[in-house]
Amino acid sequence: MVEMVSRPYATAFEKFAAGNPDILCLSADLTSSCEIDGFRDRHPDQFLSLGMAEQNMMSFAGGLGLAGFRPFIHTFGVFMYRRPYDQLMASIAYPRRKVRLMGFLPGVTTPGGMTHQSIEDISVMRSIPNMTILETGDATEVESICEAADSIDGPVWCRVLRGSVPRLFDTPLKVGEMRELATGDDVLVVTSGICTEEAMRARAAFAKAGLSIRHLHLHTIKPFNAQALLDHIGSVKHGVVTLENHVTEGGIGSLVAETMADAGVGKRLIRLGLKDTYAHGGSRPYLMKYYGLDASALVRGIEDLIGQSFGITEDDLSAVRFDDVHSLVKAEAL
Amino acid sequence: MRNEKSTEDVALGIRRRVFEHAMRNNGGYLSQACSAAEQLAWLYNEELKLGEPTLPMIPKPFSGVPSPSNPDYHTGAGYNGPFEPQFDRLFIAPAHYALVAYATLIEVGRMAPEGLEMFNQDGSSVEMIGAEHSPGMEVHNGTLGIGLSTASGLAYGRRLRGEAGRTWVFMSDGEVQEGQTWEAVQACAHYGIDNVLAIMDVNDQQCDGAMSSVMEVGDIRTKFLNFGATCVEIDGHDLSAMRDAVREPHAGKPLIILARTNPFQTMSILEERFPRLHYVRFKSEDERARFNTSIAADLGVKPVDYSL
Repeated sequence: MVEMVSRPYATAFEKFAAGNPDILCLSADLTSSCEIDGFRDRHPDQFLSLGMAEQNMMSFAGGLGLAGFRPFIHTFGVFMYRRPYDQLMASIAYPRRKVRLMGFLPGVTTPGGMTHQSIEDISVMRSIPNMTILETGDATEVESICEAADSIDGPVWCRVLRGSVPRLFDTPLKVGEMRELATGDDVLVVTSGICTEEAMRARAAFAKAGLSIRHLHLHTIKPFNAQALLDHIGSVKHGVVTLENHVTEGGIGSLVAETMADAGVGKRLIRLGLKDTYAHGGSRPYLMKYYGLDASALVRGIEDLIGQSFGITEDDLSAVRFDDVHSLVKAEAL
Repeated sequence: MRNEKSTEDVALGIRRRVFEHAMRNNGGYLSQACSAAEQLAWLYNEELKLGEPTLPMIPKPFSGVPSPSNPDYHTGAGYNGPFEPQFDRLFIAPAHYALVAYATLIEVGRMAPEGLEMFNQDGSSVEMIGAEHSPGMEVHNGTLGIGLSTASGLAYGRRLRGEAGRTWVFMSDGEVQEGQTWEAVQACAHYGIDNVLAIMDVNDQQCDGAMSSVMEVGDIRTKFLNFGATCVEIDGHDLSAMRDAVREPHAGKPLIILARTNPFQTMSILEERFPRLHYVRFKSEDERARFNTSIAADLGVKPVDYSL
């Protein structure tokens, strides 16, 4: 059974930031929701509450960057780019301020519906010059995200998981690398964030069915090592399936598509994720099932790519669930 | 660095330079020179504590935007001197006042007159809407309303570092229509950020025309007071009033000086173009000639020979 880690960000951020006077912790009225309430209470000198005023917060953080500080901004991802996009551009991205944008509740990891779900943030960030993009997929990556983000000479967008997070990996997130989770030679599966756990379930089922899967997990979305991906694509017979907690336009599906097109790769690509749709409010398992972001959706995608049914059932997938303990964890509130 | 000219002379010099530039280029930001000349002259010639410029008197051409592959990138802040703890910083929040700001740099000896010849020329760093890399600029402020927030963050950071220097913002009154301005003031009040100071050119004009016709903003002094700033309202063409205003006690609060100004000050013929004063482009050779004669007489100079 996979280990579940409770509030890994809370512990990791405090360990990383406490006592470093150049790091400031900024919050926009979602302090406990972003697991920095303990840090606020124990390190008030490094904490700034900037209220529900994100436009000011972004430019203010830019000013702090000008004074040599490295602000870590904490709020739900969606509130850090939709309303204050202009400020993000002019005060942070253009001048390459060392602002670390810690975006919580990526994609459908919140029951908050459209206003709370950042479903197109990667697409937006990929098109911003100077921006680095990191996404966490397990507790180990959450634990190492602060150090990874703070190693960047410029702004960094981070998709951060909170609450009870499974531990899938035993090595920290290293910027610029990709995780090679399986080295099969039939189909390449590329996933990120919470979809990687889903793919691991599907992979186990396919292994029993006799299909060999190569699986890559992307935590660094920008910059991106295109050649490494192309080498993996060259190692599989059939083609590529991507699965992401994001719209399929502009996210890792697009990233893979662009990489293949640029290199003239003639293999098939199936992009799974939110298909040109908003989501609504609901639990994570319900939303992942409803919108086709889960292991079953990946099974169907791979079957489509191969043109063959492998007879994999929901029962087969639940037999290899990595997240049995998820059901014991109280559904996350806002 | 203290200029030997009087501040009145600097203000007059600013207007003469902007006038000459506008005549030669068949238009320009004339009204901003009318309203803001005293404010920028006072800041640079008297109030700001700045070091000697660190960038060449004749601006270098545009040398690329910030990127990892442009390691030599720098902003235009060096025209205001080095970043040192004791020195002040200045943001020109309405970046379309750039022409007036550049003219000020020339008048106080921080940029060569040749710099203005590069204004809005392709490949030049002396951009029409002041960019980060333009002389005297430190951040991009072409998107209105972000200047005070950025200054507040810098001022808070400088306070944490124990720096004595202040962070000044030259603002325009149109910016009070942006919600971000009020977010910034409330953050300054919440954190007692009193090392940020602003002087606002309250000329009641914006791009579409008189502010009262575009979006009425009401009593902005009362608004600033209610949001937690110290706010003083003065005649923006009265230098002694500026000198008094900056002495207003404002412990624990930002100081906002509302400089009420006349958008036609010293160029009375501009009133013909009311209410479209934002950027005056002459509609005919006749109009250009009449403005040339009239403003030259107002400013005590010869009409500009723009046939050259």
